[in-house]
Amino acid sequence: MSPGALAAFCVLLPVVAAGLVLLLRNSPNVREGATLLMGGATFYHVWALLHYVRDHEESLRFSLVEVVPGVELAFDVEPLGLLFALVASFLWIVTTLYAVGYMRGHHEENQTRFFFFFAVSIAGALGVAFSANLFTLFAFYEMLTLCTFPLVTHHQTEEAKRAGRVYLGILLTTSIAFQLLAIIWTWQLAGTVEFRDGGILAGTATSGVLGAILILYVFGVGKAAVMPFHRWLPAAMVAPTPVSALLHAVAVVKAGVFTVLKVAVYVFGIDLLGTLSATTWLAWVAAATIILGSLVAFRKDNLKARLAYSTISQLSYIVLGALLANEWGIIGGGMHIAMHAFGKITLFFVAGAVMVAAHEKEISRMHGLGRTMPITFAAFFVGSLSIIGLPPAGGSWSKWFLGMGTLEAGQVGLLAVLMVSSLLSLYYLLEVPVKAFFFRPPEGSHHAEGIHEAPLTSLIAIVVTAVATVGLFLWPDLAYELMSMVASPGVAE
Amino acid sequence: MSRHLPVLLVVVPLMAAPIAALVVRARAAWLVALAASWWAFGVSVALLRRVLAEGVISYELGGWAPPVGIEYRVDEANAFVILIVAAIGAIVVPFARQSVEAEVSEDRVALFYSALILCLTGLLGIAVTGDVFNVFVFLEISSLSAYALIALGPDRRALTASYQYLIMGSVGATFIVIGIGLMYVMTGTLNMADLAERLPAVSGTRTIPVAFTFLTVGITLKLALFPLHLWLPNAYAYAPSAVTAFIAATATKVAVYLLLRFFFTIFGAAFSFDTMQLDRILMPLALVAILSMSLVAVYQRNVKRLLAYSSVAQIGYMVLGISFASVLGVSAGILHLFNHALIKGALFMALGCVMYRVGSVRLDSMAGLGRAMPWTMAAFVVGGLSLIGVPLTVGFVSKWYLVQAALEQGNWPVAAVVLMGSLLAVVYVWKVVEVAYFGEVSPGAGIREAPLGLLVPTWALVLANLYFGIDASLTAGVATRAAEVLIGGLP
Repeated sequence: MSPGALAAFCVLLPVVAAGLVLLLRNSPNVREGATLLMGGATFYHVWALLHYVRDHEESLRFSLVEVVPGVELAFDVEPLGLLFALVASFLWIVTTLYAVGYMRGHHEENQTRFFFFFAVSIAGALGVAFSANLFTLFAFYEMLTLCTFPLVTHHQTEEAKRAGRVYLGILLTTSIAFQLLAIIWTWQLAGTVEFRDGGILAGTATSGVLGAILILYVFGVGKAAVMPFHRWLPAAMVAPTPVSALLHAVAVVKAGVFTVLKVAVYVFGIDLLGTLSATTWLAWVAAATIILGSLVAFRKDNLKARLAYSTISQLSYIVLGALLANEWGIIGGGMHIAMHAFGKITLFFVAGAVMVAAHEKEISRMHGLGRTMPITFAAFFVGSLSIIGLPPAGGSWSKWFLGMGTLEAGQVGLLAVLMVSSLLSLYYLLEVPVKAFFFRPPEGSHHAEGIHEAPLTSLIAIVVTAVATVGLFLWPDLAYELMSMVASPGVAE
Repeated sequence: MSRHLPVLLVVVPLMAAPIAALVVRARAAWLVALAASWWAFGVSVALLRRVLAEGVISYELGGWAPPVGIEYRVDEANAFVILIVAAIGAIVVPFARQSVEAEVSEDRVALFYSALILCLTGLLGIAVTGDVFNVFVFLEISSLSAYALIALGPDRRALTASYQYLIMGSVGATFIVIGIGLMYVMTGTLNMADLAERLPAVSGTRTIPVAFTFLTVGITLKLALFPLHLWLPNAYAYAPSAVTAFIAATATKVAVYLLLRFFFTIFGAAFSFDTMQLDRILMPLALVAILSMSLVAVYQRNVKRLLAYSSVAQIGYMVLGISFASVLGVSAGILHLFNHALIKGALFMALGCVMYRVGSVRLDSMAGLGRAMPWTMAAFVVGGLSLIGVPLTVGFVSKWYLVQAALEQGNWPVAAVVLMGSLLAVVYVWKVVEVAYFGEVSPGAGIREAPLGLLVPTWALVLANLYFGIDASLTAGVATRAAEVLIGGLP
């Protein structure tokens, strides 16, 4: 199989997994086994692509079909997409492991539908990662929105229905009204929608028009949750926790910021981006989202809601990285995709584990739980460190590079924003393990009896991601290598 | 034989219609209709292939040379329209067998099929002929049979709907025939190609602009352009399901074709758009249609009516494309003509399945159908996504071309309106999806999945939505060639 076709194969594998889930719906153990197996196969094949990206000898482009003249449904593998695909496909395995324990421990209904759409969503995320042009990216982006809708509204309650409306409303509105307009405008100006090193838009229109297009892209990628188009993310928290964990901390939201990075690097090009006045303006919008997201997170007592706002804040780090329009910003932003993914998924896993084991959602009611669930809350501590950006967790690297990016851009104000936000997250995240470990359980609570750690498979997943978070601090090489290939093609070769 | 294809396209169904009425028995009449519709489909494919390979086909009816006799003339534009009309016919007739059994009383079934084939004949005739009076004749054939078909609807309101359509449609047809008459007075010919040659010499007179105006109003009434759409929602809502699917996917499309033919081929783009400034009236009306009718659709409780209003909005898209008067714009219009036929055909057929099992297509009676009729509702969802314009469906291809045509002229507010229309489509499609998937079926109703006889044709159209959305090179290519033929020398 040619390496380009291999990428298409990687997108296909989760679809096959979805088919297997349907076929094996009558025996849950085999069904979940099939998902795990296909997850392993997917990750294995994505990993195999690494070798080709390093060699960089032959073109990996693979065209499936020409949709309209000049616009193809095509896949291509480049370092940024590969990094995203590696993260998404690896965490799919871990999350499946977690979901098995969670869904059964929580006695959820319609599990076949759940695992079916879960697998299809992963296909959507991988499709976004490996898209060779804006059209393909948009197609999989929309597919991801639509396939996650049944997951968000999994409980089919009135609340889920309302949340589903917000979710779909914001994501479809932004993508159709802004992103699609920007894509067709790009096609009109550049005569192509292919991703190319150095961008395709340079010199095609006045900086005013290009700035308008950039604004359309940044707000049009609603999945990046730049304020004021962030409301869908907290709304999506009505979903079962594995969905919040993988999709709304990793696959969906990262597909968003990934798109922003990709547009910045391969559609505009860093050089062009740096000359647009809209770039600076948007960077401050991202900065505002960082701060406001943290401030709102502060005030949330519901753990998942707090994590959701934390995610909104952290996503804008990546958007900001792209808009700094220099190498460090791109490297930091891209690495933060991976670092934040591992950290945040750990936190969501913990939130779900507490729900399953202790049936608690509010932080104020988790006092003392650390004593009965020590491994879980220790993992939360590690994950928090990564989000805050402290050693020994992976997040410290991406924040370091982002900080360097702000200095390189001469924006000390933005550096201050990063610092303040880190301090805020220090407080709102560490409050949870501190209260769990050091506070006394409230009098007369039922915590004392019958609570122990989460189901075994879920616990394994939590430990794996927590350990990986530390591992990424010790060995950030791969993420760095890939991202420096993106930021300065040619240098890394 | 193959030389006579243009006329056989029309004559065979025309003869089949009385046969269907005479055989009386429902099943036999259906078989006649099936044979006629598949024949027309086969011929339409052959015609398109020949046009693409050899260029324009001209056929002299009865061997009389054109200015005197009637000419049938097939180029890229009408070959494409003929194909979609015949294809929809060939899919709706198999669908109709069970659907009609449930909705039309048995003694009328034979007459139903007779009228259906006549309607098909009329629509094909309008598209194939190169003679303007012949257009009027076929227009009357298709309209009269359509009034009868709509009146056969299971609801008594079908009668008033049909009557309303009859009045409005007759006004439209009269306007058209007045326009044709005025042109004949001034030029002495009814042949389209001849008219195109002779009109410039007399276009300075007052008569020709008047003829132009009569034709514009008459045709826009037939294609239900806002604000002349009032007949459409009731007609679609109360007609038998199979008729709604057929008419929604074909009748207005043929009227759009007529608009193209009259304005571009006969009057010429220069006269229509420079002298008469047609775009100044078409574009605002199209934009208002897109926004206002989508909004009205959002508030409908009857899903058939909802889709009917959506159709009026979608016609706005086609007319909008035409009003750009550019190759890109006109090809967007033609492309959407084809694509929208696939979309609405699929959606109305899915509703036909619902009607068959539930007996109603009111929003509240569709609660919980996502579980009770999974295949039907899945078809509706895919059709709905196509209507919204999600990538990899035909609706997206249409939108891609339309927005591009708007941006080409630097007209980004229009591009924004097109996308706004999409968003409103999300709202009204999702209203149905929410009811179907979040609601509960009333227990004991015993609703189950529609029979295969209905599902297979429905899904055939749904898959066509996906196929032509993923590989639009055929449709987009033909639409572009048709637009080039129509616009001729204009950029």
